Amino acid sequence: MDYLFQQLINGLTLGGVYALVALGYTMVYGIISLINFAHGEIFAAGGYLGVILLSYMASQGLMASHPWFGLAFALILAMGYCAMLAMAVEKVAYKPLRSSSRLSVLLSALGMSIFLQNGLMLTQGVYDKAYPTEFTHGGFEWLGVRVSFMQIGILAVTGLLLVLLNALVFKTRIGKAMRATSQDKVMSALVGIHSDRVISTTFAIGAALAAAAGIMVGLYYGSVRYDMGFVPGIKAFAAAVLGGIGNITGAMIGGLIIGMVEILAAAYIPHGGEYKDVFAFVILIGVLYFMPTGIMGENVDDTRV
Amino acid sequence: MIRGSRKSWQYFGLGLAWFFLLLWPLMGIRDGQFHFAEAFGVWLRAAVGATICFGLYRLGKAGRLDGVLNPLGAARDAVGGALARAPRWMLLVPLAAFALSYPMLTNRYAQDVAINVLVYICLGLGLNVVVGLCGLLDLGYIAFYGVGAYTYALLSIHYAVPFWLCLPVCAAFAAIAGCLIGYPTLRMRGDYLAIVTLGFGEIVRIVINNWMALTGGPNGLLGIKSPGIYLPQLVDGSFSLEYLVIRKLEYLYYIILALAVFTIIAVHRINFSRIGRAFEAIREDETAAELMGVDTFRFKLLAYALGAVFGGLAGAFFAARMRFVSPESFTFIESAMVLAMVVLGGMGSIPGVILGALALVALPEMFRGFELYRMLAFGGAMAIMMLVRPAGLWPAARLGKRSDDTE
Repeated sequence: MDYLFQQLINGLTLGGVYALVALGYTMVYGIISLINFAHGEIFAAGGYLGVILLSYMASQGLMASHPWFGLAFALILAMGYCAMLAMAVEKVAYKPLRSSSRLSVLLSALGMSIFLQNGLMLTQGVYDKAYPTEFTHGGFEWLGVRVSFMQIGILAVTGLLLVLLNALVFKTRIGKAMRATSQDKVMSALVGIHSDRVISTTFAIGAALAAAAGIMVGLYYGSVRYDMGFVPGIKAFAAAVLGGIGNITGAMIGGLIIGMVEILAAAYIPHGGEYKDVFAFVILIGVLYFMPTGIMGENVDDTRV
Repeated sequence: MIRGSRKSWQYFGLGLAWFFLLLWPLMGIRDGQFHFAEAFGVWLRAAVGATICFGLYRLGKAGRLDGVLNPLGAARDAVGGALARAPRWMLLVPLAAFALSYPMLTNRYAQDVAINVLVYICLGLGLNVVVGLCGLLDLGYIAFYGVGAYTYALLSIHYAVPFWLCLPVCAAFAAIAGCLIGYPTLRMRGDYLAIVTLGFGEIVRIVINNWMALTGGPNGLLGIKSPGIYLPQLVDGSFSLEYLVIRKLEYLYYIILALAVFTIIAVHRINFSRIGRAFEAIREDETAAELMGVDTFRFKLLAYALGAVFGGLAGAFFAARMRFVSPESFTFIESAMVLAMVVLGGMGSIPGVILGALALVALPEMFRGFELYRMLAFGGAMAIMMLVRPAGLWPAARLGKRSDDTE
């Protein structure tokens, strides 16, 4: 029983991270119907920026005195950086293709993903980069379940970001504009919504969430690698599809399910650990086959899918 | 005009500044210090290159380069016209002569590159059936290459089955794999199909990577036999057959040349058959095709199987040539490469795909010194090509716009 609870906690942590990445996919897909392949790379860039900033602060002795403050600072800077990166990618590779065929945009996204991944490799090297270890120790045991402070931190940050995003999308003007654009681009342009700006903002918000996820994955596993974005990216996309693409609540639930399934499968199925990456793909295929709109229903104009 | 130009230069400058802002944190913060020289050097080089390109683009747009571009365009049209008028054999004979005499004219390294190009031509043309003709976006195509390669590897290692006997078996296995992947996925369209095929490709790779007992896992399989042929020999007046193992690169070149020619002819025949027309109808408008009596599901499955066959053949050759297979050769990036060949060359166009394979395999070989930057340039080129020439280098004669592309 303890073992099960332990796995559930682990699954929740991982699922929260997938949910954060999945939100970027689902929001972009909801608005411009594009699988943004470069999103996984932006997640990786976030992880790298976390390493860079935390190592710098550690070398200045800031991490020893104010570790959590330093972490928050790194998180915010990395989120801003990735938002800028995503907006640049959008301007260069997606915006000029707004009216061309969907295959072109998809390939452009694929090209951008390869470009960013290799850019990371060239600037940061091919080897793993380790996170400073201030956060990886520490934790407590409760009813036989070990919970590290790191996991609590990840869960707290994830929860906070999800609440903030919900408030942004459902309470603010820009959120309203985003929802309107995703429902009908032409109509919302007619009533005076600047759709280019809305699309840029969507990319920026999704990237900021992905950057936070990148840092947390880096902290959780202790290191980052230049190609770490690809597989989590696909899993997060699977989560977005599972929840119903274009649907923000769906993406959160989908992320949690994918994380849970992955951890539980690795724990309980023989050889599950080796094949853990397969489960997300199997879920993806199963969902698309039996329930193409996902569990929460999709929020995309149906002529486009 | 002047104002528009100034504004675009302003945006360009802003873009460069933005680029520096993005580049510097990745290169400039190290060892507890800020460095500027390195990031600035890289940025300066990129900025100079981009400025030249952008300047040329602006000049071309303003019509200043017409003096250069017009004669170039006229020359291209003249050459194209002459090629179109010449009878086909006048083009094919020199080409065939060149292809046949290629190993005698070149060294080992050039033969190696040529073999690679030919393998990718097979793969590109196979994928062309799926993507170019039928309009089904497949991001996991390399799985069939893997199936072909492992089929030959296993048959050769455990049962010593000769290469030539394995070729049809590999093709059949790949076709079965194509049907297995196609059956559950073909009800989906567009992006969903792309992501699911990507998932299938990854599943195949992960299974190969982890099924130690069968595939050797990440260590791969060693000891695959080279292809062999029986040569008739007359020794002392008596006739006998001698078994000759083909290890030499120049003979391997002829094998893959034959496979590539077979693929080209087969894809050409498919393209201009009833089946090919049905594929194209599905590509242009699936609903209309169904209305006109095309069994879309069956034809899409057929497209998958046919595409997979060529991938399987190429895979068998790859295993026979390397005499070693490992999961590393069947990653997603290979699928992306093959897809890029099809799309950059021109979807649905056989000469286009050949050109694409040539461009993506042979060109990087010329810039060996910049090997590190190869994939970076590849990714960038893919995005830029979509901006400047989305139909590819040599577009197919007939290519419409999918009905679900329009908003």
